[in-house]
Amino acid sequence: MAELFIFFEQIYRILFLLIPVLVSVAMIVWLDRRVWAFVQKRRGPNVVGPFGLFQTLADALKYIFKEIIIPASSNKVIFILAPIVTMTLALIAWAVIPFSETFVLADINVGILYLFAVSSLGVYGIIMGGWASNSKYPFLGAIRSAAQMVSYEVSIGVIIINVLLCVGSLNLSDIVLAQKDLWFVIPLFPMFIIFFISALAETNRPPFDLPEAEAELVAGYQTEYSGMMYAMFWLGEYANILLMCAMGSILFLGGWLSPIDLFPFNVIPAPIWLILKILFLFILFALIKAIVPRYRYDQLMKLGWKIFLPFSLIYVVLTASFLMYFDLLPGN
Amino acid sequence: MSIIRFFKTIFMIDFLTGLIMAIKEIFKPKKTINYPFEKGSISPRARGEHALRRYPNGEERCIACKLCEAVCPAQAITIESSEREDGSRKTTRYDIDMLKCIYCGLCEQSCPVDAIVQGPNFEFATETREELYYNKEKLLENGDRWENILAANINADSSHR
Repeated sequence: MAELFIFFEQIYRILFLLIPVLVSVAMIVWLDRRVWAFVQKRRGPNVVGPFGLFQTLADALKYIFKEIIIPASSNKVIFILAPIVTMTLALIAWAVIPFSETFVLADINVGILYLFAVSSLGVYGIIMGGWASNSKYPFLGAIRSAAQMVSYEVSIGVIIINVLLCVGSLNLSDIVLAQKDLWFVIPLFPMFIIFFISALAETNRPPFDLPEAEAELVAGYQTEYSGMMYAMFWLGEYANILLMCAMGSILFLGGWLSPIDLFPFNVIPAPIWLILKILFLFILFALIKAIVPRYRYDQLMKLGWKIFLPFSLIYVVLTASFLMYFDLLPGN
Repeated sequence: MSIIRFFKTIFMIDFLTGLIMAIKEIFKPKKTINYPFEKGSISPRARGEHALRRYPNGEERCIACKLCEAVCPAQAITIESSEREDGSRKTTRYDIDMLKCIYCGLCEQSCPVDAIVQGPNFEFATETREELYYNKEKLLENGDRWENILAANINADSSHR
């Protein structure tokens, strides 16, 4: 009986996290379209619900009723598995995100490693989808995506090492608490910029949306997908974007900490601060989508391997030497 | 690479300029109209939904000359005619297949009595195909409904004909 109780308690806790995440993914799609439209002096979706907030729900409803077409020459098992993998991986990563000092689903000691591993696995969904479609454009999109995500993961990994040097722990709550006096965005500002740009590449957002470059590849790895399967890819993609924003705000913007420890700020509950920071980063994502043209593929690779990787490696050495010289290493 | 270019790249000056410009654009008034609730102006020459007009005394204008049927490049118009008791020639059937129609306006130009015209209405989407096979009753009803606007449009455009 006691085991059953714990089991259901865990289920409720997971649902309590998962449902808000899914709802906010829907809202974030609306926000993305709306910001994009506003920058171009359009109105964007504004009819369904207040300010068009329910537009994404209406779209999702439409996708549910659409036919799922599975190409005859595709590998059906993998073809169906791919969107499921993408969405699952995008959602399970949320387990370790700390929303406040106490509200975290799994407070594991290698949280950042888990987060990094899960977001790296995300490329599998895309490769599976692209390859199993057995068609030209999805395959090209999948190849591009695989190379791009692997390249930028390397620099994200090195950037995370920078943060870990300053914290001395892989636990995400510890990383947030280590920023109590000073957010890492100030001492590690160049790393924050590189992290942000790498996150754009990691989530296939413009200007690095080469895997689904509509002008060249129709829709990349999503070309053969339709109906709910397409919607799942879409949800997974936006859940990933949110996750990257959450990761950025935890690593650099002090997670659920309030910016100043003064009266009007420190009464606002911790999760609100994290949500505000995620929103800030997401609005930047959306603005960048509106203003930048797409990179060429060789430029993308050059940026990842020849600029970001050496620069972040040098910065690791700099951070380590600085901490060593001033005896600021954590744990001493 | 000049030294200025180098620092511009490092500090992403061009990118930040663009970002600030984008943020400024957000607060500017929108250039698009809120379509289903507000509509743009339509030229008197707009070629929208067809209508068959009547004279003010209620008599149909159409004299069944079939010029529109002959000129229609999509062959969307079908006309049958017969002699009425008072000796005038009138149509017994006047069908337009709105799905075949390419909205070129040649029927309107060819009509010697301004009977078939294309009005300003472009919002006549239907749920079934059959509803878009217009017959004479439908076209005359359109003409009655839009007569004021149609007459004004023809008057406004008359000096160019």
